[in-house]
Amino acid sequence: MALLEVDDIVVRFGGVTAVNRATFTADRGVITGLIGPNGAGKTTCFNVITGLQRPTKGRVRYRDRDVTGWPVHRRARHGVGRTFQRLEAFGSLSVRDNVRVAHEIHGGPLTWLGGSLIGRRGTGRGGGVDLLLDRVGIAEYADERADSIPTGTARLLELARCLAGDPQLLLLDEPSSGLDETETDAFGRLLVDLAAEGCSILMVEHDMDLVMSVCHDIHVLDFGEIIASGAPADIRTDPNVQRAYLGYAETDGDTGVLEPVAQEVLS
Amino acid sequence: MSSLFAFTLLGLFTGAAYAIMASGLVLTYTTTRVFNIAHGAFGMFLSFVFWDFTQRQGVPTVLSLILVLGVVAPAIGWFVQRFVTRGLGEGPVSVALVVTVGLLVGLIGLAQQIWPPEPRVLLPFWSDTGWRIGDTYVTAHQLVTLLCAIAVAFGLYLLLSRTRIGTAMRASVDNPELLKLFGGKPDRVAALSWAIGMSLAALGGILLTPVVQLDYYALTLLVINAYAAAMLGRLKSLPMTFAGAMTLGILESWAVGYLPTDGFLASLRPVIPALFLFAIVVLMPQAQLRIGQVKGIVTAPVPSLRMSIGSGSGLLLVALLLVNLVAPNQVVLIGVAATYAMVMLSLVLLTGYGGHVSLAQFTFAGVGALAYAKLDEPNLFGLLVSALIAAAVGALVALPVLRLTGLYLALSTMAFAVLMDKVVFNADFAFKFNGTLAAERLSILGLRIGSDTSYVWFMVLAFVLLSLGLLVLRRGALGRLLIAMRDSPSACGTLGLDMRWFRVGLFALSAGIAGLAGGLFAGLRGTVGAADFLYFQSLLVLLLAVVFGATSVTGALLGGVALMLLPEFQAASPGMAGLLFAVIGFGAVLLGRDPNGIANHLFRVGRWLRARVAPGLEGRLQGLLPRGGTADGADGAVDVPLVDVPLADVSGGPDGGAAGTRVIEKVV
Amino acid sequence: MSVPILDVIDLHAAYGRIEVLRGVDLSVPRGAVMALLGPNGAGKSTLVKVVSGQKEATSGDIHLAGVHVQAARSDDLARVGLCTIPEGRSVFPNLTVEENLVLMSYAGVPAGAILDTAYAYFPRLHERRHQLAGTMSGGEQQMLAMSRALASDPALLLLDELSMGLAPLIVDELYETVARIAESGVSILCIEQFARTALRVADYAAVMSGGRIVATGEPGEILDTMADVILGGAA
Repeated sequence: MALLEVDDIVVRFGGVTAVNRATFTADRGVITGLIGPNGAGKTTCFNVITGLQRPTKGRVRYRDRDVTGWPVHRRARHGVGRTFQRLEAFGSLSVRDNVRVAHEIHGGPLTWLGGSLIGRRGTGRGGGVDLLLDRVGIAEYADERADSIPTGTARLLELARCLAGDPQLLLLDEPSSGLDETETDAFGRLLVDLAAEGCSILMVEHDMDLVMSVCHDIHVLDFGEIIASGAPADIRTDPNVQRAYLGYAETDGDTGVLEPVAQEVLS
Repeated sequence: MSSLFAFTLLGLFTGAAYAIMASGLVLTYTTTRVFNIAHGAFGMFLSFVFWDFTQRQGVPTVLSLILVLGVVAPAIGWFVQRFVTRGLGEGPVSVALVVTVGLLVGLIGLAQQIWPPEPRVLLPFWSDTGWRIGDTYVTAHQLVTLLCAIAVAFGLYLLLSRTRIGTAMRASVDNPELLKLFGGKPDRVAALSWAIGMSLAALGGILLTPVVQLDYYALTLLVINAYAAAMLGRLKSLPMTFAGAMTLGILESWAVGYLPTDGFLASLRPVIPALFLFAIVVLMPQAQLRIGQVKGIVTAPVPSLRMSIGSGSGLLLVALLLVNLVAPNQVVLIGVAATYAMVMLSLVLLTGYGGHVSLAQFTFAGVGALAYAKLDEPNLFGLLVSALIAAAVGALVALPVLRLTGLYLALSTMAFAVLMDKVVFNADFAFKFNGTLAAERLSILGLRIGSDTSYVWFMVLAFVLLSLGLLVLRRGALGRLLIAMRDSPSACGTLGLDMRWFRVGLFALSAGIAGLAGGLFAGLRGTVGAADFLYFQSLLVLLLAVVFGATSVTGALLGGVALMLLPEFQAASPGMAGLLFAVIGFGAVLLGRDPNGIANHLFRVGRWLRARVAPGLEGRLQGLLPRGGTADGADGAVDVPLVDVPLADVSGGPDGGAAGTRVIEKVV
Repeated sequence: MSVPILDVIDLHAAYGRIEVLRGVDLSVPRGAVMALLGPNGAGKSTLVKVVSGQKEATSGDIHLAGVHVQAARSDDLARVGLCTIPEGRSVFPNLTVEENLVLMSYAGVPAGAILDTAYAYFPRLHERRHQLAGTMSGGEQQMLAMSRALASDPALLLLDELSMGLAPLIVDELYETVARIAESGVSILCIEQFARTALRVADYAAVMSGGRIVATGEPGEILDTMADVILGGAA
């Protein structure tokens, strides 16, 4: 059963078509990958799904409701969370306070009032904040200002911030860039755990290893269009995908030297 | 029928002058992303220069015109772009706003200094020539205005689409970085557009002077007309700007012709531009959230609750000494300072924490004062209701511009301030034209605070309480939300925050604080009138708040004192009155880039002192007093009844709440 | 051996506290085409920004044709023959094709000559000369962008992710243009995320990862390293 259905989305900026009739779904409780070369329109798709960008055409359905006309915050209140490719951490707040803000936004005005009166120590929810930081593995940075931490850490912070809102659908935009190898492995395990807990994840990612190992389904976007959808094994051998990533179809005469790369990139 | 034609025709002529001015505004804004609120002020200043050349120096008119439009104005434009506004376009909108408001105030001051107030006449061109068309008399000046507008439109068209530098101007609107990679020089393009923009401001000002008189303020306010016209083209399209200017001119002319000559409707005439502006703003489509804005601003440190209470008590003590020591006529001045400081507190909330700029903050104080005087309930309840009314008005202002942010919001508040100043405050249901209202000082629990000394001390107390409230808010969830919203609106949206209502709430709260200050001010003065709440005062409040530090309570306090002293200094040496405005205005231009202001430098000195001196001092004190019983703890006694112990428990700065608790316990 | 057209020595650059270039050494021989490959976030675009004067380096040296040029401004570099085509659509969307071409004359070649060269090479641009650049297709916009490299006779051409978001056929077409520019003796540094067609036109290739050049050599040699780097060494 699809949690999210993106139906025939078109986005045009001036004369440029960034997304062209993209149709794909993300299922409940699994990790779905959205991949494609740079500039293929992946982030624009995310913006459409979260409501930051109005589509020129097409609908977005979430939990069987048409949410195309919903404002950003309403979608978020219904469980759509996201991270950003170009970081949007609250730079002048500490890492811990970034997550607390998310908690408080999620909790609504009553928690703000409570927070104001009760102040720094919180009601025990503060503990929840620290648990979240621990879970994504950035507890050691809790007291640092968010604009002074490394990119990879800031991405994890954005993830923790999303999780504070208890999302049902998590959109991650290039979450692993800036992470080293061990961190990426740990991150992959975290994603799998989250999915097992029932959180659906849609992820734009360039690290093919990560995508191929954790994703249940993969959609490939190229030139604003979905050119392939399926399980990782199918995607790896899809000629359209090879063409998108390497500029060659398998039938192209002079792929000799590049074939190993093609195989490696997609394996 | 023929009168309709006549009024339309007359409107076209004024519209033509607006169009000239507005096209200069659009040109500078689109090429450099700096909205020049001082555009009208530059027009005013250059009109004075023109008057000086023609009337005082006796330079022939045509030569003066060539000198002003071809030399003085472009030189000023080049200078301002090169040394003042360069790079502002990429920064936060609030900084560019403050800097150009600084220019506005500075120019008014400079003009007053160079050309002290006296009646000056600038005759229309060929004042005795004219033609009769039907029953309308068209002067040569009007014809010249129209021809100038046509020439400007044609000239701009040629420049922008037929020359390489003009093409580069349009290109730098899109992407100045790319223009550099092409080998073009965006800085040169920007300087040229400011030079041209300035000439257009001058031409517009000179052409309009016979209509609006050679007046510091009237010509400065033309920026609202220009802005209203430009908004029709969304500050981008020159043809739409021309259309907007013509529409505005015609509407004004019709207002002259068809609105009754007395009563409330008559008073609407001078505010047609402001109303026109509101109409367009309300009809504008919603701006989408932008990703990748400026974030992570260094702000003044937030003091711990213990420290705030300590300094608050200290301040109350100092105030207590002052009100009893200074001459009786100066006691009231302290109350005035407290009023300004409270209004600036409302800006700390709105601008310092929230990142929004309001150019109408003192107008909200006026609303509070008006409500307090009208209610005639001189007690806490009346004061509170006045504050609530001001808050409601604030929300009402924010509502139509709910969907707008930054620049549009700020400019709409300026239009609102002018609207209140020129119409509402002067209306019969308010202060009446040139009239005043009496306001009684309030009593608490039946105890009337009548004497100057006790009332002023009560106002300082109000300031301290508001400050403490603000700091508690800043340290709590709301404060975090405000900062988060300033750093990344997009992230707040995707986390589920409905920012529109939050913003209205913020605006209302800030207006409420200003309204409270206004209510207290009314009681202080005993009589208040429209003249106490001129829109210009709001600009001064903003500037001084920013200069002294819009991110801290200390900044508000210092700014309040400075604004109170300003007219005193001006009265003491009338010859310097204009110069002081100039100093403040241009001071804000220099300091406006750092919203933390002078206060933050004081904090730095304070930290340094504490690091150097405090350890030794504390050691010595430790010998004399038990821990916690330091001087500020003792002063805390004044304030303790207001704070109960559980609250103190969480005062928690990094230095911990435990020590704070001990202080309170000991004092209690 | 003659002086290289571009010589980068131990170049460091950072965004705030985050160091993106960590000692880049790279040399492009005069008249050569060098492909610079590497995964997302390797620092390739930052390198282009620093070399083209859009971003300041924290330390290190850049020599253009033997001249030390650090801290030069991008507009000055453009006027002395460094042509940079940045990533994304590097045209002015709200200007017409012809106006875009006219602006290219800042680099030194008169506008008339630029129009002639561009229209002769891309007749499609001539058909659309009065159309706003932003309303053309991605491929046509890149043609327009390439016209600057083609017509302004640069000493060194920096190409950043020419193929981004374009269909393979169009990329092939663009790389034919690159090959032709190379034939005329222009030195080219060509940045690509994926191997793609870039290697076909390159004389040399370098691979960047983690803010450093990790391998240089002939295109054939570089492929093995390339596969490792794209996979982050996890293969």
